[in-house]
Amino acid sequence: MIPEIGHYALILALSLAIIQAVIPLAGTYTNTHSWMALSRPLVWGHLLFLTISTVVLANAFLANDFSVIYVAQHGNTKLPDLYKVSAVWGAHEGSLLLWAFLLAAWSAAIALFSRNLPLPVVARVLSVMGMISIGFLLFLLMTSNPFDRTFPVPFEGRELNPMLQDPGLAIHPPLLYMGYVGFSVAFAFSIAALLGGKLDASWARWSRPWTTVAWVFLTVGIALGSWWAYYELGWGGWWFWDPVENASLMPWLVGTALMHSLAVTEKRGAFKSWTVLLALFAFSLSLLGTFLVRSGVLTSVHSFASDPERGVFILIFLLVAIGGSLMLYAWRAPYISGGGRFDLISRETFLLGNNLLLSVLAGLILLGTLAPLIYDAMEWGKISVGFPWFNKMFVLLTPFLALLMGVGSISRWKHTDAAFLVKQLKVAFIISMVFGLLTLLPMFSGGNLMVGLGMGLAMWVVTSHLVNVKERLKHKAGFNGFLRDLSGGGRSYYGMILAHMGVAMFIVGVTMVSNYGIEQDIRMSPGDTADIAGYEFKFEGVSEFPGPNYNAHRGRFLISKDGEQIAILQPEKRTYFVQTRPMTEAGIDWGLTRDLYVSLGESLGGGDWSMRLYYKPYIRWIWIASIFMGLGGLLAISDRRYRTARKRSRSTSTLTAGSSTTAATESHS
Amino acid sequence: MNPIRKKRLYLIGMMVAGIGVAAWLALNAFDENLMFFFSPSEIAEGKAPTGHPFRVGGLVSNNSVKRKPDGLTTAFDVTDNAETVTVEYTGILPDLFREGQGIVALGQLNESGIFVASEVLAKHDENYMPPEVADSLKTAHDEGVNEMQQQVSVQ
Repeated sequence: MIPEIGHYALILALSLAIIQAVIPLAGTYTNTHSWMALSRPLVWGHLLFLTISTVVLANAFLANDFSVIYVAQHGNTKLPDLYKVSAVWGAHEGSLLLWAFLLAAWSAAIALFSRNLPLPVVARVLSVMGMISIGFLLFLLMTSNPFDRTFPVPFEGRELNPMLQDPGLAIHPPLLYMGYVGFSVAFAFSIAALLGGKLDASWARWSRPWTTVAWVFLTVGIALGSWWAYYELGWGGWWFWDPVENASLMPWLVGTALMHSLAVTEKRGAFKSWTVLLALFAFSLSLLGTFLVRSGVLTSVHSFASDPERGVFILIFLLVAIGGSLMLYAWRAPYISGGGRFDLISRETFLLGNNLLLSVLAGLILLGTLAPLIYDAMEWGKISVGFPWFNKMFVLLTPFLALLMGVGSISRWKHTDAAFLVKQLKVAFIISMVFGLLTLLPMFSGGNLMVGLGMGLAMWVVTSHLVNVKERLKHKAGFNGFLRDLSGGGRSYYGMILAHMGVAMFIVGVTMVSNYGIEQDIRMSPGDTADIAGYEFKFEGVSEFPGPNYNAHRGRFLISKDGEQIAILQPEKRTYFVQTRPMTEAGIDWGLTRDLYVSLGESLGGGDWSMRLYYKPYIRWIWIASIFMGLGGLLAISDRRYRTARKRSRSTSTLTAGSSTTAATESHS
Repeated sequence: MNPIRKKRLYLIGMMVAGIGVAAWLALNAFDENLMFFFSPSEIAEGKAPTGHPFRVGGLVSNNSVKRKPDGLTTAFDVTDNAETVTVEYTGILPDLFREGQGIVALGQLNESGIFVASEVLAKHDENYMPPEVADSLKTAHDEGVNEMQQQVSVQ
């Protein structure tokens, strides 16, 4: 009976979503205040029913209700409770439910934090959110109902994929989805603005914090996925250019471009139509990403078995969402007024450069990801794009991004003197060049140009931003001045600095690990030692070890450097009872400057095992970088500007709203 | 031409040139990095290139997995149920590699017709079949059925 409540709640949520999409929007045309005012309560109802659905599904897992097919396929009585809950989003149906739930949650957040927005804007934005929700709920109910029952009821569930039984992966999908879904807010604001015909600085100011929050979630979500792949897959890599990884990277790149472009639109009123276009694309790519994973059309580690009915629905949904929004854009964008003028050397130009590079990069990744589909459809053969190509594209474009980053953030809006830039950045440039060249010396990289380039660029990002901070604090009194700035209106500025430092760390991590990482597949007998990068790995043998829902072979390695023991690693090879598949759990000794990593291969008889040993210098920096970026984003949205802006817009709206319907609502609410 | 126009023209010119160069480099490199997929049947027909890497996929034949004395090199047959190709791989095979499982291998053919793989992929969901492999199995199956029907009609 209880699962039917979940199903029923899903249907009710759909009904509310339909009303939410239609009535308030209609109200904005007929200027019917009560229709527009309906949007907020509808959103709350919508969220309530989706919460019920999600809780019911989680409860079905916790209660081992195997009469529900989805639970029977992914649940198990022996599964630890944490993984019973995370099994809710462990496969197709449930992860779509999570999507729909998060979408409702974002809508509710808009309803909550938009008290100072004019009612018609709120009504339009929430209508658009409702439309997106209709798509997802229809998809759930028509093709992927997580509450479908099965009879006879199985005695035991088939359990969650063992790969996914990991704390990192329990929270990776929700974070990633928060990012994906979060871009729907910027999308909805843009569509609302196109519908309302009012694209101005305040539109950009409203969109900015939402976009940044979504971006923070996406950044951390992607990094978490990369970290998980690193330690769980046992391949020691942190990025595989897998279609699904690409699917999350594309919205990230476009979202990053959007954040920067929104800054220009807010501050200078320029790039309006470009910003709108980016907002449309960021969300379209999120949709594409979600469905690329779900449809199983591409060979990927993440793919689930495909179903033609779903494929058709997905295609129609994508066409309507992306095609519809682009048509609206084509129709309304010509009426968007151009923004402020700017000179060739100005912050606007550099940000435009940043936007173009990020978009081109996203476009190239899209090409590489979809090429197999295109080739197949054209019957040109079955292909895949090797990951050397993706690496090449990345290395081709990111240096320019890093260069622009240093120049752009110190330039002034509208016009900057070339002489000023040279004066400011001269020292930073020389230091970076020297640093880059130093790394080419025989005792460091011995002429590896990639290392020189990477380290030089990282140094450039750091030093150019240091100069930037120094310039800002020039007229402020020392450390106290800095603190006052930080507690005052400087937070978005320091957020930017922090996030850009993250980029520098990322460059260091990638450069070091891809140039100095060592990987070795070997066969070892108990007592054997192997030497990698000055570390001695002593294999002590493998013993059996029982886990809660698996059996493990656990290896034991003593790691020593210069004769001194520094770590014991215990990689495991697990065999899960239910799905009877082997799983590798790597043994990792982590450190800020290097990871030592062992994963077990197979038993070769007589106590011998094949295994893979790695030395991964600076790989942690890649993930720490994402934390810096995330913190930078959070610091930026805590800026006082957004709060005072809110207060200001509230007071002006009450002042000017005397005759309009808005006044009534403002005073009501 | 007024100075603002001129500046704008510079800006657009630079952008177009930049994107053009990037696109040209990208597409050039793209062709080099394309890896085609061939089924064991297509390899048997001589369609696959020698001396250029490509991908092969199919099911790992039963009782075909043999380990070389070094313990790290494995040889196994990959089949689409019509033809078979022998694959050799040095290194650690993925967890889900086993006989009867659908896999995709990346590498090149050597002179003796053995596919020397640099990477072997087995998917993480045991019900999941790489689309290419599913396709080639289906093609081989359909051709087999056709042949049988032809034989029947000849008789």
